[in-house]
Amino acid sequence: MSLTKDEVQHVAMLARLELSDKEVEKYTTQLNDILGYAQRLQALDTANVPPTAHVFPLQNVMRDDRVDPSMAREKIVANAPDEEDGFFRVPKIV
Amino acid sequence: MSNETMQMERDFDFEIVMGLEVHVELHTKSKIFCGCTTEFGGDQNTHVCPVCLGLPGVLPVLNKQVVDYAMKAGLALNCEIAEFSKFDRKNYFYPDLPKAYQVSQYDLPIAKDGYLDIEVGGNPKRIGITRVHMEEDAGKLVHGGAANLAGAEYSLADYNRTGVPLIEIVSEPDIRSIEEAVAYLERLKSILEYTEVSDCKMEQGSLRCDANVSLRPWGQKEFGTKAELKNMNSFKALQRALEYEVERQAEILREGGKILQETRMWDEAKGMTISLRSKEEAHDYRYFPEPDLVPLVISREWVDRVKATLPEMPHIRKERLVHSYGLPAYDAGIITGSKAMADYFDSACKAFGVDTPAGVEVADDKAKERAKQISNYMMGELTRLLNASEFGYSNSPVTPENLVGLLQLLEAGTISTKIAKTVFEDMFASGKPAKAIVEEKGLVQISDEGAIASIVRDILTANPSVVADFKAGKEKAMGFLVGQAMKATKGKANPGLVNKLLKEELEKM
Amino acid sequence: MKLYTKKAHELHDLLVNKEISAAELVRAQAERIEAAEPKVQAFITRTFDDAMAQAAKVDAKIAAGEAIGPLEGIPMALKDNMCTDGVRTTCASKILHNFVPPYDATVVTKLKEAGAILMGKCNMDEFAMGSSTENSRFFATRNPWDIERVPGGSSGGSAAAVAAGQAVFTLGSDTGGSIRQPAAFCGVVGMKPTYGAVSRFGLVAFASSLDQIGPFTRDVRDNARVMNAIAGYDLKDSTSAPVDYPDYEALLGQSVKGWRVGLPKEYFGEGIGPEVKAVIEKAVKVLEGLGAEIGECSLPHTEYALPVYYLIAPAEASSNLARYDGVRYGYRSEEAPDLNTMFKKTRAEGFGEEVKRRIMLGTYALSSGYYDAYYLKAQKVRTLIKGDFDQAFEKFDVLLSPTSPTVAFKFGDRTDNPLQMYLSDICTLSVNLAGIPALNINAGFANGLPVGLQLMGKAFDEAKLLQLAYAYEQATGCHSQTPDLGV
Ligand SMILES: [Mg+2]
Ligand SMILES: [Zn+2]
Repeated sequence: MSLTKDEVQHVAMLARLELSDKEVEKYTTQLNDILGYAQRLQALDTANVPPTAHVFPLQNVMRDDRVDPSMAREKIVANAPDEEDGFFRVPKIV
Repeated sequence: MSNETMQMERDFDFEIVMGLEVHVELHTKSKIFCGCTTEFGGDQNTHVCPVCLGLPGVLPVLNKQVVDYAMKAGLALNCEIAEFSKFDRKNYFYPDLPKAYQVSQYDLPIAKDGYLDIEVGGNPKRIGITRVHMEEDAGKLVHGGAANLAGAEYSLADYNRTGVPLIEIVSEPDIRSIEEAVAYLERLKSILEYTEVSDCKMEQGSLRCDANVSLRPWGQKEFGTKAELKNMNSFKALQRALEYEVERQAEILREGGKILQETRMWDEAKGMTISLRSKEEAHDYRYFPEPDLVPLVISREWVDRVKATLPEMPHIRKERLVHSYGLPAYDAGIITGSKAMADYFDSACKAFGVDTPAGVEVADDKAKERAKQISNYMMGELTRLLNASEFGYSNSPVTPENLVGLLQLLEAGTISTKIAKTVFEDMFASGKPAKAIVEEKGLVQISDEGAIASIVRDILTANPSVVADFKAGKEKAMGFLVGQAMKATKGKANPGLVNKLLKEELEKM
Repeated sequence: MKLYTKKAHELHDLLVNKEISAAELVRAQAERIEAAEPKVQAFITRTFDDAMAQAAKVDAKIAAGEAIGPLEGIPMALKDNMCTDGVRTTCASKILHNFVPPYDATVVTKLKEAGAILMGKCNMDEFAMGSSTENSRFFATRNPWDIERVPGGSSGGSAAAVAAGQAVFTLGSDTGGSIRQPAAFCGVVGMKPTYGAVSRFGLVAFASSLDQIGPFTRDVRDNARVMNAIAGYDLKDSTSAPVDYPDYEALLGQSVKGWRVGLPKEYFGEGIGPEVKAVIEKAVKVLEGLGAEIGECSLPHTEYALPVYYLIAPAEASSNLARYDGVRYGYRSEEAPDLNTMFKKTRAEGFGEEVKRRIMLGTYALSSGYYDAYYLKAQKVRTLIKGDFDQAFEKFDVLLSPTSPTVAFKFGDRTDNPLQMYLSDICTLSVNLAGIPALNINAGFANGLPVGLQLMGKAFDEAKLLQLAYAYEQATGCHSQTPDLGV
């Protein structure tokens, strides 16, 4: 299987990355190299192998339903690129 | 489907197929993955911490109460509780989603394969519940320079709601009419209120409904292409949106067109559904197991512990009201439709000395009469006044005890039914007990025969022509004379006595 | 007295005996940083003023006759992906160039409580993605042993700072070798603890199921000492392990006689440079001389570790790095006429090439239709890789291998071909996939450059790795070497 430039464009859209034509070209080649290398995994029979999502088998890690103080709003918005009246301001959506 | 509904539906040229997805905010104190409060309102971005703001480096820790509530809701909806369940990330970009992924449950939800029974037009029907899963809520956007998203020049993000725990309840596509959809949502709301996992306030967004709607020709097995409807924030909105959407799809199909699979938003102001689809937004959520949370393994004992906290469910409670108090099924259905109303009824019965343990005893006639009085007042006056106010049954200005106080005055003949009505309005406005109002305003019913007889004689003397009419056989004349007597006593005369004495005096004449 | 060559345990004794004050120590450390920095370039941010204030507190304590802790007053530095309240934390990325966290990572809280003094934040590959620190968006850090060469990565700044005497110890993070490989290149001790042994709370996530924080030190005793301060259960990290954590330092100095040390044959294959192989083989002889029983073993799925890693890590990263969207913190593109353009330009301008490449790769591996073939398949093969280790540890207490197939390479040597660069991690990746601990120590030198030796242990067997390393260090004295920077 090999990745086309259109697919690379689609993936870039999903990841919200604007790519130049040159970058699309470059990533198409490089991703194909890496994915080609990953093809060797297909040779392994893993039909009866469970996936490992966590290496350490923990379960039911939970906290009690207790309210802790929230953070002061000045600290919450201190890093905001654009702030208005304690809100985070974003450009028009549509 | 019964013959009757079949007939009803056949008046329409397509069969409607619907499934609902309902998001419900759980009534926990703190958020699902951090200690911030879930309290509604609050100034923008004041219920926020590094964790729910998704700052670099933060990690979630699951609130145990969320699991208990999700399980409780699942059990109330007759679901199987999963022995093994986990969280996944649903990835998408939107400014109300601080991590750009929502922690949700994908292939292993906490509960699945349940059902909910509804009734439409007297016909029972079972709607399958596909799944109940846990997830976190997103923040809120305020749109600047316009009333809503379209046309806004910029938007403002408030993350107070981010991380408030939700359950999403997905039904099977078993719903075949708009009435069924509304009945399903009403029933679901009532069950969730009973379990007390949510306050179910639609106006505050704690219960939100999406619908998958498709049409197909009668007899066709395959489903038609569906549209997903969003943003229906009230029962009225649900009803109107579905009516609009069903007709929209029917028109397209009648003209031989094709339905597009898309997400549509109900626009309340315009009264129509609007396509939200954009070519760039081809959704691919790239779900994968959330590496920052570990799996949930739910034991039989844990399930049993939660099961033991389930309250009497509405349909059982309704049967009890019919069985124990002899209430008409219709009345019992309305009262038990909301837990708050049913609790009010039970408290009032207790205050009136007519409560019975769950479905065991059948009350005597006197008790039945009292229960009926309570039910009548609730379904009439009280509901009317509550609907017109910002109050509900859980915080009614007239407490169950005070309602009973009023009914006791009525039962003792201290006040008339008519006076009771005005007293009740006073009680609602002031929160005072009936007795205090009656005493304050001197509304005690006049039951002194001598006093009433004297008034009656005065009225007869003052109205000779009406007396003559009566003697001539005009029954209506009697009503006028009673009215005059009540007027003269400002409504306080015992109407039974007035009637009796009038008749006696007229006979003497 | 060259304070900058001293170890934490030596400095602690000097403080306790009042031979130096904490203020003197911090001032000397600041001077050393400034002197070495033109050559090494290990620091993104310096926090000298705060450090002096902290030192004054420690001195007051000593003057009052109070006891001080084993790390109290010791100057240290952190990789710039650990959140520090009020101190800029950039991940060496333009997208976080101005981010000042309002909270401390758990390791930072613990080190503050231990009284260690933060001198600054160290350079790294952007978002810890890289093996040479060339992917920093700010500047490249140089190897103190040869400034024409890379210090390794991604924790290159942290490793170089310890080697160059710019900090007594530092913390790094290791997702696929990012502590051990730079430790090897710079000739210092670097520990990648068991997954779950050190809290990840406050560590800016790269690949959540693989990331671990660990210490760089100038000798094994210091490493055990820092591990004592940072390891432990943390309620804020759901993947933190609720187990008993030993006193690593107290366990040092025991005999390793009879310990079974396995050499996985796949780690000694053709990819390994002959100069590296020679040094490692010599080190094995040393251990044999100490009474260790050496044997060969096999980790048959080793060849799959690289593809598994380069599917799992980018997949998790693509999700972890999605939050950098220009809304709440960090960089936002000047050009933002509408939301989607703002997202796309912010991320395109804010992230460097390697980060974008991995986001693309990970997004693709998770996307609809490919999840089973790539991500799920990788997670299944991960199970096999972990199984290899379980089997090997039935026969062996510790496994031994080179840390890196080569010594430090020159700048620009591998930047053209990402796959070639990824191959420099092949001795370290499996350890992260299996979640086990591994330690790099300096085994010796080849052509004047350090050669790293990797010891791998069972989950939560850090103490054993430290004990064996300590025995080796005591026998060879290899820890005492300091590069001559001419400053
Ligand atoms: Mg949902
Ligand atoms: Zn919070």
